[in-house]
Amino acid sequence: MARIIVVTSGKGGVGKTTTSAAIAMGLAKKGHKTAVIDFDVGLRNLDLIMGCERRVVYDFVNVINGEATLNQALIRDKTCNQLYILPASQTRDKDALSQEGVGKILDELKKDFKYIVCDSPAGIEKGAHLAMYFADDAFIVTNPEVSSVRDSDRMLGILSSKSRRAEQNDEPIKEYLLLTRYSPERVKLGEMLSVDDVQEILSLHLLGVIPESKSVLNASNSGTPVILDEKSDAGQAYADVIARYLGEDRPHRFIDEKKGLFGKLFGGK
Amino acid sequence: MSTDSQQNAHHSPVLEFKSSTFSVPVLVLSSNDAIIIEQQLQEKIHLAPEFFKNSPLVFDLQELNKHDLDIDVTELINIIRSLGLLPIGIRGGGAQQNQQALELGVPIHSGHSVALSSGTQKPQPPEPEAAPEPQIVAEAATLITHPVRSGQRIYASGDLIILAQVSAGAEIMAEGNIHVYGSLRGRALAGVQGNTEARIFCSDLQAELISIAGNYKISEDLNDAVPNQRVQIYLQNHALVIKDI
Repeated sequence: MARIIVVTSGKGGVGKTTTSAAIAMGLAKKGHKTAVIDFDVGLRNLDLIMGCERRVVYDFVNVINGEATLNQALIRDKTCNQLYILPASQTRDKDALSQEGVGKILDELKKDFKYIVCDSPAGIEKGAHLAMYFADDAFIVTNPEVSSVRDSDRMLGILSSKSRRAEQNDEPIKEYLLLTRYSPERVKLGEMLSVDDVQEILSLHLLGVIPESKSVLNASNSGTPVILDEKSDAGQAYADVIARYLGEDRPHRFIDEKKGLFGKLFGGK
Repeated sequence: MSTDSQQNAHHSPVLEFKSSTFSVPVLVLSSNDAIIIEQQLQEKIHLAPEFFKNSPLVFDLQELNKHDLDIDVTELINIIRSLGLLPIGIRGGGAQQNQQALELGVPIHSGHSVALSSGTQKPQPPEPEAAPEPQIVAEAATLITHPVRSGQRIYASGDLIILAQVSAGAEIMAEGNIHVYGSLRGRALAGVQGNTEARIFCSDLQAELISIAGNYKISEDLNDAVPNQRVQIYLQNHALVIKDI
């Protein structure tokens, strides 16, 4: 049975698109046929992060309006043949999406794909609403600072009251917390909320902590999802996230400060 | 429209009736002085303007009629509407009051002894002292087991029991007591219909605002409250008292 995953946050700039690209690639690399959809109509980004911006012909809105078929609009990833991208339209706005149209496309994708990742736009308006409405699982992307945490909390409330599962009284959406741009050094200096602080406010199952890392920016610039950079800490953290999501039990990494040379030599904390 | 689509319309039902239960605030009046009613109603609305904005409302005249206090229902409805509330029912009114309400498009809710449907019923003088004992029906408590997230609001017409946390930016309201067994970080308003006996109990007080029957304290005034300590909040001489349990 296909599962629809929404990657959402409320707040902008926390790493939703980076996360969507990374987890879609991660799932596909594990052999699951995966589609990733950009719901950010008007502010298209996912194609850049996925490195397929020069192959976009048709987009999400074209398919909703019946101007193209789903197969025409889906772009197969260069590096992984299990991964497909459905880009957003850059020339329209969120009003071009309709609940009925989105539902139809997702139903069609469900026949063919194991996982459908919906990259939500920021905010709680129409685009974000439609991205989460049909979801089975939600990845809540949060930065360790108060405004991001509060927005995530708001989004959790919307997930539990305005999604299709909530409206039809089905089993609620499974919610997972993904803490991104985490910097143990800054937590130690008291400049950032710690994992425990965020957990206490949101009381949510922690799927993974992605450290603040140069590799994320490099990956975005080169159009390859960061999970493919297996040497980088962020890439490894996303690989852990996928493993945990698929049921593996892995200890959390990247929560503690990296030890410098002296730390390593003397082994003290 | 073509005949085809008309036939379709005949065959596939486009509507159905369903029954559902709603919780709606009931305005119980104990005075028939329109000016005082308007004044006090306005004060109440000021406490939670967002909550009362366009809120549906049922008004209850049983107390008045029990004491033979007559009230001009037309005027009452106009007051309610002018304050931005939407009256959706009259309860406990006499035959004439019900008729007046109906004329203004406010339906009659039964459930109280005096409520009569107009029309076929013979105009019955209110029975003087044979009135039934005032029945005390305890409103069922509302139980919430999931976290109340920022931006969510919960209203309970009786007690409200929350087994999870209440996030900052969430709002919980009850006409009776409020119990929160997780962290209380949002707003909690007990006794919102004026019950000064209502209390708030919580296991970790970090609220943005607490209020009992309109008397409130904001987070800044709660500095003395120790987190992770079980406390109760009640009203004493119009002041909120926070005490450890």
